[in-house]
Amino acid sequence: MCGICGVLNLDSAPVDPKVVVQMAEMIRHRGPDENGVHTDGKIGLGHRRLSIIDVACGQQPMPNADGSLWISFNGEIFNYVELRRDLEQRGHRFRTHSDTEVILHLYEEEGEECVRHFNGQWAFAIWDKKKDKLFLSRDRLGVRPLFYTLKNKTFIFGSEIKAILAYPDVRREIDLIGLDQVFTFWCTLTPRTIFKDILELPPGHHLAVEAGRVRTWPYWQLNYPSQYEKLAEEDWAAKLLEVLTDATRIRLRSDVPVGAYLSGGLDSTVVTSIIRRHSDAKLKTFSMVFEDPEFDERKYQREAVSFLGTEHHEIGITGADIARVFPKVIWHAEKPILRSAPAPLYLLSSLVRNQGYKVVLSGEGADEILGGYDIFKEAKIRRFWGRKPESRLRPLLLQRLYPYLDNLRSQPQAYLTAFFHVGTKDLSNPLFSHLPRWELTSRIKGFFSKDVRTALHGYDALEEIGSSLPLPYGSWDDFTKSQYLEASCLFPGYILSSQGDRMGMAHSVEGRFPFLDHRVVDLARQIPPEFKMKVLNEKHILKQAAKELVPVSVMARSKQPYRAPDSKSFISDGKATEPYVEEMLAPARIRHCGAFDPLKVSKLYDKIKEGRVMGVKDNMALLGILSTQLIIFQFIESR
Amino acid sequence: MISLEGRIRSFIVDNFLFGEGENGLGGEDSLLENGVIDSTGILELVAFIQQTFEIAIQDDEIIPANLDSIDKIAVFVRRKTGTRGPQSADKA
Repeated sequence: MCGICGVLNLDSAPVDPKVVVQMAEMIRHRGPDENGVHTDGKIGLGHRRLSIIDVACGQQPMPNADGSLWISFNGEIFNYVELRRDLEQRGHRFRTHSDTEVILHLYEEEGEECVRHFNGQWAFAIWDKKKDKLFLSRDRLGVRPLFYTLKNKTFIFGSEIKAILAYPDVRREIDLIGLDQVFTFWCTLTPRTIFKDILELPPGHHLAVEAGRVRTWPYWQLNYPSQYEKLAEEDWAAKLLEVLTDATRIRLRSDVPVGAYLSGGLDSTVVTSIIRRHSDAKLKTFSMVFEDPEFDERKYQREAVSFLGTEHHEIGITGADIARVFPKVIWHAEKPILRSAPAPLYLLSSLVRNQGYKVVLSGEGADEILGGYDIFKEAKIRRFWGRKPESRLRPLLLQRLYPYLDNLRSQPQAYLTAFFHVGTKDLSNPLFSHLPRWELTSRIKGFFSKDVRTALHGYDALEEIGSSLPLPYGSWDDFTKSQYLEASCLFPGYILSSQGDRMGMAHSVEGRFPFLDHRVVDLARQIPPEFKMKVLNEKHILKQAAKELVPVSVMARSKQPYRAPDSKSFISDGKATEPYVEEMLAPARIRHCGAFDPLKVSKLYDKIKEGRVMGVKDNMALLGILSTQLIIFQFIESR
Repeated sequence: MISLEGRIRSFIVDNFLFGEGENGLGGEDSLLENGVIDSTGILELVAFIQQTFEIAIQDDEIIPANLDSIDKIAVFVRRKTGTRGPQSADKA
């Protein structure tokens, strides 16, 4: 795992190597072990290295044998061993044992098509001198990040936006549509970012700069069948276990020790259990524990540890810890966040690093590909009820939702029913499953300043996502539609990014995710929805596949999505827990930044200080405002 | 003197709308349909009514028919404080 960056001058002006070094320096945290720069006339490639495979010889940027290709690569190609063997049989000779060199050789043979063979997580740039072409690629699901911009006649790219901002005179301005999107979906819709004119290469996309033109195109897309193969449940379960086992096996390839995150939930326990079954090596596992029992899962974590026999390490997280590290979290996330959940993950990766580890496996992705989230359940109940809206019994099923949300659970049925109310016309809305979430989140846009609201007049984020749905979407079943919306929006834009890559790489820790092996994803999308959520039992097929792999208590517990304390971390006993909170929310500061209405922010701040009951909306608003203020302070104003 | 409706409106505008819509929210407007109250907001509203007007609200009284608009809340509060009369609620 590493950080990459680079510059291509379309007017052929020579690149100053010092500028590339400066850009790479901004992402030193992604690769503290080595740095490298290659410049040749109009091209400059930069690299920060976190040495994991072929520690001695895998330096980058790396050329091919005749120096006509140069690569800067962030990520892992887990099947590089098999690919190398094939290439050697076809006459290729290797100088290193790295996966980086495998990419170069395969690119020599197949050009852009080479990625079809890759099983991994990557963002890389190849300078093809003979073709006078810069080629960029990002992995299928968006595990590794890649951003770019075009400034006059200069193309600039980097693993993180801060590397691009290090290029002289790159415009620093908040993209208001990006802000609107974050305050709707919790993330921007690619290619847009929160920074004007800085774009994100979407997952599963390539980019080429050739003949003075920048072009992007998809090479892989999330797709689902409109009809499913008729296989018995146990056959699907056996297939799933087989492919998941191999996905885990190849993710253990590393020249440094590999650990695992253990959340106490089903997915990470399954992955850890597979590691234990296939490796005799001592395995270190890592988890976070919260002082607040509402968020704490230590009981299940410890049961899993005792069942699996790992060497376990915990880090205790308090609200004060979250508030303390929050500005750094935003510095790494590079976008506003509406939940504090990334902060504990930032602290967890520091524990991993302090234990001398650089690589961890986790269960990320299982909920998206196998139907684990309550939003899928919620949509299923609402649809069932919507088909017979007069039913008094159907809405009672709503009580089965969100067992971990105390405030929601304590609502009387009449209000639960009224809130989730479904009209028959709602059923035909293609965004049906996600509308309650997105509409609720959108309410916090009421805090935008008058100027921002004027600038956004006429923009509708829901209309944009609705118009970007893929052609076959209409032919998919309802459950699959909701899975697609989750896996194509929140997953890459927030889960894999703000909670994933950015929080791990902040402490130079690489995450590897067996559930995101494209073979597992391909299999999962062929599994009929009724096996993913059987009635209202989430991830049913995984539970069938993993019966022997996890303790009974972990198998039987209801899904608890990972969450962390929000507003009370920042404001407690009537005052801000950190000085920056007070500074960022001060009316003068709010007015100066211009994104929010100072009076409304003051009223929200007072409400929290007075200890009044906080709703979901209030929590999201506080986090969104505070993190946006920090983005403006750290990226727009500080140079 | 601020009327009962005025106090309820002031709480809703301050607490859920953070100052916006002071003049826009009508007495009969549905708090749910207009997105004023979110999935947990009703608990805030109930706590406010109980504390401010010193009345106990039973679970089966927490229904939109009693609480889904400023006017409905006012009628509900007056009924609950009926022994003290409408004036009492207005002063409470």
